[in-house]
Amino acid sequence: MPTATTMDKVSLMRQVLARTAQLLSGASSRWIDSQPDTCQRVYFANHTSHLDAVVLWSALPANVREVTRPVAAKDYWTKGRIRRYLATEVFNALLIDRTEIKVHQSPVDVMIREIGQRYSLIVFPEGGRGDGQEVGEFKSGLYYLSKKRPDLELIPVYLDNMNRILPRGKLLPVPLLSCITFGPPMWLESGESKDLFLKRARGAVRQLKEF
Amino acid sequence: MSEWTTLGLVGGVLVLLAAATVAIRALRARNDSGLNTAILETFRMRVHAWWVLCSVLAATFFIGPTATVVLFGLGAFWALREFITLTPTRPSDHRTLFVVFFVIAPLQFVLVGLKNYPLYSILIPVYAFLVIPGLIALEGDYKRFLERIAKIEAGLLICVYCLSYAPALMTLKLGPAHAFGANARLLFFFVLMVQLSDALQYAWAQIPMRHVIVPSIHPTKTWEGLLFGSASVTLLGGVFWWATPFPWWLAAGMSLVVSVMGFAGSLTLSAIKRDRGVRDYGTLVEGHGGLLDRIDSLCFAAPVFFHFTLYWLKMQNIPQPW
Repeated sequence: MPTATTMDKVSLMRQVLARTAQLLSGASSRWIDSQPDTCQRVYFANHTSHLDAVVLWSALPANVREVTRPVAAKDYWTKGRIRRYLATEVFNALLIDRTEIKVHQSPVDVMIREIGQRYSLIVFPEGGRGDGQEVGEFKSGLYYLSKKRPDLELIPVYLDNMNRILPRGKLLPVPLLSCITFGPPMWLESGESKDLFLKRARGAVRQLKEF
Repeated sequence: MSEWTTLGLVGGVLVLLAAATVAIRALRARNDSGLNTAILETFRMRVHAWWVLCSVLAATFFIGPTATVVLFGLGAFWALREFITLTPTRPSDHRTLFVVFFVIAPLQFVLVGLKNYPLYSILIPVYAFLVIPGLIALEGDYKRFLERIAKIEAGLLICVYCLSYAPALMTLKLGPAHAFGANARLLFFFVLMVQLSDALQYAWAQIPMRHVIVPSIHPTKTWEGLLFGSASVTLLGGVFWWATPFPWWLAAGMSLVVSVMGFAGSLTLSAIKRDRGVRDYGTLVEGHGGLLDRIDSLCFAAPVFFHFTLYWLKMQNIPQPW
């Protein structure tokens, strides 16, 4: 039975990586009107750095981390053996193919299938990385995800200063301190329009900036 | 003999800290003590910080001078992190910041460890201060150019250059018969005087007669605190002269200098904090102040204490290893 030792190795690796990410990003996390929980959730955050997913994932308590999968771009995270190992084995990332989106298998369908009744997700609804000045408009994925699974708790997250640690187009990180703010859960209201919902979700992330 | 003196110094401080901890516990237990709880809480946090500082410092003494240099190097790195985090830079400064964090800052402490005084005394104020503007100019972003240089260089000067003079005390040759214990004592004496000065200036500022020095920058720093605090530290420095290579009057004078410089350091860093609209450098680390809030006075006092010691050694005709 090699599985037990493999699992130990993976969870040790997870622990080590989470600590490294915390140290590198100097991240302190705050929960505002919100608590860490292993229930099924979708953490949605602003996106400014390649490190965002890893840092957010590391900021969660170990038991929550075990059931939380970052949604990440396949083209970036399958480049090179180390990245692929980290994405598939350690972070248990849900890799989405950005170049080849099929009609019958949209990213939202893949997410719903993959999380089942157990996993939570980390998503970045802006679609791409911003410059850290302003949170961009949200893509519609979050809306369709909530429409198909209205039971999922949506947790807004604001990542501060990550763009200065590893900005777009840079290879080397500068070890500044960052701050991760988790907000209160929200849901898609019945009959709420797509535009209104996306606006409300974006507002929830932006509001956390003020705390 | 000298080992016993070191042990006496460190042990004495630990006993004092234990007494302070017990006193705070007792005061907190009785609510009718009439003391302001906020003041008590501040004092409790400071004593806690001293425990950490003293035990870590004492531990590195037992490992050796290199451990002390590494300890201060890590502290400088963390303080610089806090400083630059709260100082707005532009995305085009990224490469320069990388060089500052991973080349210049470590190199400064390596040179201190190697006792290369001719180089570590000018590495930052000469070479780094010319390289930084050059690197920023290379990025082609000229917006607020001078301001960005000033911010990065001020951070480097205060957090790295100034602080590196504290472990540099370990590299001085203090007497004809060189013993490591004497350096450890001198560094411990210096840190002790800085911390006592912080505490005593704060304590004396609590007396009813209050003349705040700069209300716009620091509402709790008063003339009474500065005068009586510095006077008390000068007295204590004279009392602790046996831990230093100085005669009693010089140990007292050095303590006065340390106290005044510490005051200047903490006021300067407060001004920067005010400008940035934050209460302390640790706002990003919830629950407690940052490291820079604890060591601001240490940073300003270290280079002056070091050089005054050097002048004294020169007058005593004690040649230095460089």
